[in-house]
Amino acid sequence: MDNQQSSLLKRISDWNDKEGSAVNIRANGKSVIRNTTENVSILTKEDKEGIDIIIKPGTKKENVHIPVIISESGMSELVYNDFYIGDNADVTIIAGCGIHNDGDRLSAHDGIHTFHIGKNARVKYREKHYGEGEGSGERIMNPQTEVFMDEGSSMDMETVQIKGVDSTVRITRAVVGKEAKLDIKEIIMTHGNQYAKTQFEVDLNGEESGVHVVSRSVAKDNSKQFFFSKINGNAKCMGHSECDAIIMDQACVSAIPEVTANNVEAQLIHEAAIGKIAGEQIMKLMTLGLTESEAEAQIINGFLK
Amino acid sequence: MLELKNISFEVNDKEDKKEILKDVTVKIDDRFIAITGPNGGGKSTLAKIIAGIERPTRGSILLDGVDITEKNITERARLGISYAFQQPVRFKGITVKDVITLAAGKHICTKEACTYLSEVGLCAKDYIDREVNESLSGGELKRIEIAMTIARGTKLTVFDEPEAGIDLWSFQNLIKVFEKLYKSVKGSVIIISHQERILNVAEKIILVSKGRIQEYDDKNKILPKLLNPAKGGCKFYKGDAYHG
Ligand SMILES: Nc1ncnc2c1ncn2[C@@H]1O[C@H](COP(=O)(O)OP(=O)(O)O)[C@@H](O)[C@H]1O
Ligand SMILES: [Mg+2]
Repeated sequence: MDNQQSSLLKRISDWNDKEGSAVNIRANGKSVIRNTTENVSILTKEDKEGIDIIIKPGTKKENVHIPVIISESGMSELVYNDFYIGDNADVTIIAGCGIHNDGDRLSAHDGIHTFHIGKNARVKYREKHYGEGEGSGERIMNPQTEVFMDEGSSMDMETVQIKGVDSTVRITRAVVGKEAKLDIKEIIMTHGNQYAKTQFEVDLNGEESGVHVVSRSVAKDNSKQFFFSKINGNAKCMGHSECDAIIMDQACVSAIPEVTANNVEAQLIHEAAIGKIAGEQIMKLMTLGLTESEAEAQIINGFLK
Repeated sequence: MLELKNISFEVNDKEDKKEILKDVTVKIDDRFIAITGPNGGGKSTLAKIIAGIERPTRGSILLDGVDITEKNITERARLGISYAFQQPVRFKGITVKDVITLAAGKHICTKEACTYLSEVGLCAKDYIDREVNESLSGGELKRIEIAMTIARGTKLTVFDEPEAGIDLWSFQNLIKVFEKLYKSVKGSVIIISHQERILNVAEKIILVSKGRIQEYDDKNKILPKLLNPAKGGCKFYKGDAYHG
């Protein structure tokens, strides 16, 4: 990796080689660093771009890093990563994508992640998306995540896109089994003319299954955001989705929730709030000596934490 | 020293103009002043005009002889004015430690932030990492608001009904906070209050009603009038026996 790639990597990942954890770093379409452990194997796919990550049952407290970086203008890729997480495993998966585009051609990473989560397994998934570069070429990321959760499993998913991604369409689908719990937190900030669309579709199929979707976003300048969420309660279950957005300048945010109960024991809630920063919040921080723009920055920082 | 000269404040209420403050002139150079008066009289508006949150329609404001009428909220805060809101503001994602640090205006260690919380009767370790959001009760929020002014320690602090919602916490402690504050900053503390025990420790009391200063005098002269309704005392006033 060159210096630019290393600094891009630092933006989206805290991986270091001393950790000894399983890792696959993909840079400009090639796997440049790979390490596997006794419990975590990483295999290159034969039929298409991407990898299979296989985690043995009972694996405890391991981290798996799979960052992707693109520093070549005009590079466009579609990558499939499939995760097989064994029963009772407890792992943290740190993904992320950074694009540096100094050219005038479009750079894009479309990643399709599929998770097969075994019985009583616990997965923590962290993902950061970041773009930078001086060129006029667009930086585009379209992640798709499919999650299949077996009995008693849990997944805690946190995705962050703070800067520099011109266009993103994010689709997350999950099928949640008996007593399984899915927690999703999405953080998005868009600026300039950026476009971000996120779509969640969750089927709560198992008895006592649950999902909690939280989206916190800030839309600045002329950017546009769309939030769709669809939760189907097909058994005795709990579903909650919450979209909370701050809108600024000439931005546009729309939130379209859909909750469907197919079972009398399904409990589904959706909350959506879109509004500008409350004037009294800015004023309060100004009475502490902050300028108006410092106050605004503090409020947004906190909101997106 | 704070001086308000001929302050008027008008708002457009539907078609009509509504005058909320009417030609208010007052000089505050004592250490401990209480402002009292009926609801809707204009007390909070006066406090907001001092802090720069509202701009007067007419008149001027001087701090230590310097005209600050045109200064904005930030500039006034930096000149040494603090204002604890009647209705404190909530923030998603911002913690108690964050707001205390912002108030202090510099990096402070958790231990220091905790001492400010302890001074307002909050068990610091339970609160320091909590978000200043809907999960806090009104009373908790009020105390955090007060802790922020302690962390700022400026020469002028205005508290807007600090006693509201802190019934379970002793007034004695609240009064200690004010005493300590004016001792350490050698400035003025202005407290908007309906509480006898707070009015009782003030040096002077200002009675604000219908947008005007109706009376401004030594506590000993004003308090008896407030206390005795038969001689024209006021209902808004909360003595020890009165909790209306
Ligand atoms: N911006 C405003 N627009 C219209 N009316 C206002 C505004 N600010 C205050 N008022 C009115 O002015 C009066 C005085 O309010 P306030 O200063 O809050 O009184 P107090 O703090 O003494 O209870 C009230 O009747 C209130 O409704
Ligand atoms: Mg008031």
